[in-house]
Amino acid sequence: MVNEQVDDGFRPLIRVRDLENRFGSHVVHQELDLDLERGEILGVVGGSGSGKSVLLRSIVGLLRPSAGRIEVFGEDLQQLSASARSRVERRFGVLFQRGALFTSLTLAENVALPLIEHAGLPRSEAEALARLKLALAGLPGKAATQYPAELSGGMIKRAALARALALDPEVLFLDEPTAGLDPIGAAAFDRLLMTLRDALSLSVFLITHDLDTLYTACDRVAVLAQRRVLVAGPLESVAATDEAWIHDYFHGPRGRAAENAARTA
Amino acid sequence: MSSIPGELLIDQGPPRPRGDWTLEHHAALRRRIGETRGAAVGTPESLAEIAALDTAGAALLAELTGAERLAGIDDWAPQLPAERRALLRAVGEALLRCEPPAAQRSHPLRGPLADIGRRMEDIGHQQKQLLGFIGRVLATLATSAWRPRRWRLTSVVAQIHQTGLDALPIVALLTFLVGAVVAFLGATVLRDFGATLYTVHLVAYAFLREFGVILAAILLAGRTASAFTAQLGAMKANEELDALRTLGLDPVALLVLPRVVALTISLPILTFVGMLSGILGGAMVCLVALDISAAQFLAILERDIAIQHFLVGMGKAPLFAFVVAVIGCLEGFKVSGSAQSVGEHTTSSVVQSIFMVILLDALTALFCMEMGW
Repeated sequence: MVNEQVDDGFRPLIRVRDLENRFGSHVVHQELDLDLERGEILGVVGGSGSGKSVLLRSIVGLLRPSAGRIEVFGEDLQQLSASARSRVERRFGVLFQRGALFTSLTLAENVALPLIEHAGLPRSEAEALARLKLALAGLPGKAATQYPAELSGGMIKRAALARALALDPEVLFLDEPTAGLDPIGAAAFDRLLMTLRDALSLSVFLITHDLDTLYTACDRVAVLAQRRVLVAGPLESVAATDEAWIHDYFHGPRGRAAENAARTA
Repeated sequence: MSSIPGELLIDQGPPRPRGDWTLEHHAALRRRIGETRGAAVGTPESLAEIAALDTAGAALLAELTGAERLAGIDDWAPQLPAERRALLRAVGEALLRCEPPAAQRSHPLRGPLADIGRRMEDIGHQQKQLLGFIGRVLATLATSAWRPRRWRLTSVVAQIHQTGLDALPIVALLTFLVGAVVAFLGATVLRDFGATLYTVHLVAYAFLREFGVILAAILLAGRTASAFTAQLGAMKANEELDALRTLGLDPVALLVLPRVVALTISLPILTFVGMLSGILGGAMVCLVALDISAAQFLAILERDIAIQHFLVGMGKAPLFAFVVAVIGCLEGFKVSGSAQSVGEHTTSSVVQSIFMVILLDALTALFCMEMGW
């Protein structure tokens, strides 16, 4: 792959410094710092409305932050020209909370679209590759010709993952990928995520409420609260932090159950 | 991580993949695979020279090894790094799961014929649905008419604002211009008979009986029927209509009725304004081009044009409004999930309502002629 910024391997892949996001008088983020290292799965947790999705949208460039600096692959997205930005964005894969599949295209066409537009594959080949990605995401073969409106919520999530993986991105942004999946599907999703991370040296920015995912898949966890990243680090050290919300989160009944499950697994 | 273009060495012995087997080099690798003519990769050593590998590259490799062998990579190439084996295994297993698309072949005439049949059936089905929906709206109207507490006045007034008041300027401007055009046409044709004075009659008849109501109705079909379809369609797609039903609320009573009632009030108002403004446009042309003064124009109107023409025109307005509103709402209910479907039904609602307005207008014109109105 041709990317000139890769040489300084010590820098984090994504570097957020002093980020501030406000909507009118409502401040969502203030003095927020966050790093995403190469090859890690970073779990981002926080209460509802703590600005997790807003943070994701700021990093991928869908939302212009009010202040602060976001470096992706060592470059500030806001400073880049449109074409340079598009080139960087091609190295992202994003799974939106509600899938955001194109409703007028079949699943195979949904996944094939970026392959045709960006990788320049002929349609038949792009769709064959798309069917492979759909199968990788755990969808049955006949789903490829179905439209998003005909699918269940869990299948939409899988299809959205397949589309996020279409261009074999370097960074994957997932917004609550396991919400709405059954436990078996969610566990398979975690395994798939780790397989892909290992095989493709993906870095993953993962917003989740799923404690099992946090325990099995995530290398580091960042807790978003009080408008900033309260603490970020390996799960054990984060869980041990002496803060009321974090304590309730990791040591509540669900947190304990997930921890036990992870320990016995 | 330096980049080595992916390649496939096929000169001696079995094909040996080398370099980056990634999406970037997909096209070139695909060509090379075509040239191997089915020679298979089988030994673990042959996979050792691949630098970078992604899912697209693994899919290409599968064409050389076969998906089954790729899925069983652990058995025959255990010396590969674990991550690489995991990827190859995942891709191989996925490939085994996904079946090729069913090839569809049929007689060349069958497609178009089936299409025509389907369309005819659709048209019949659509009319049946429309009649059923009209019945439902009327029944709901009848049941809630007796209960003033169920009248959704706020909603009706808001809809009248949007569909009536906001449309006034455009209706007035359009009918004014058409009025001027009709007067010009009349003046040109009638001049040869020395009967230019009858331009006044032409404009008055045209706008009171037909143009006032039909122009307003067509504008409403374009402006409001489409809006109704899009509003209700978006609600349908978002399962909001289902939510209403589960809350024990009737979407027809809650959403359709206020719109229908509002439109049957708005269109007569718009029609009235359209008539006035069309006649005004005619009067202006009469004044400028034919030297018929405003006083003279009004005198002719008062003397020669009976009130019944105005009544015929106004009488059609509520009917047209009802049809436009019902079609707009019904198409909204038919929307299914996708963005494409919202577009299709919005188009269909505008086309259908304009068609129905013109059809009904022709029928009432025939009726009025026979009745001597």
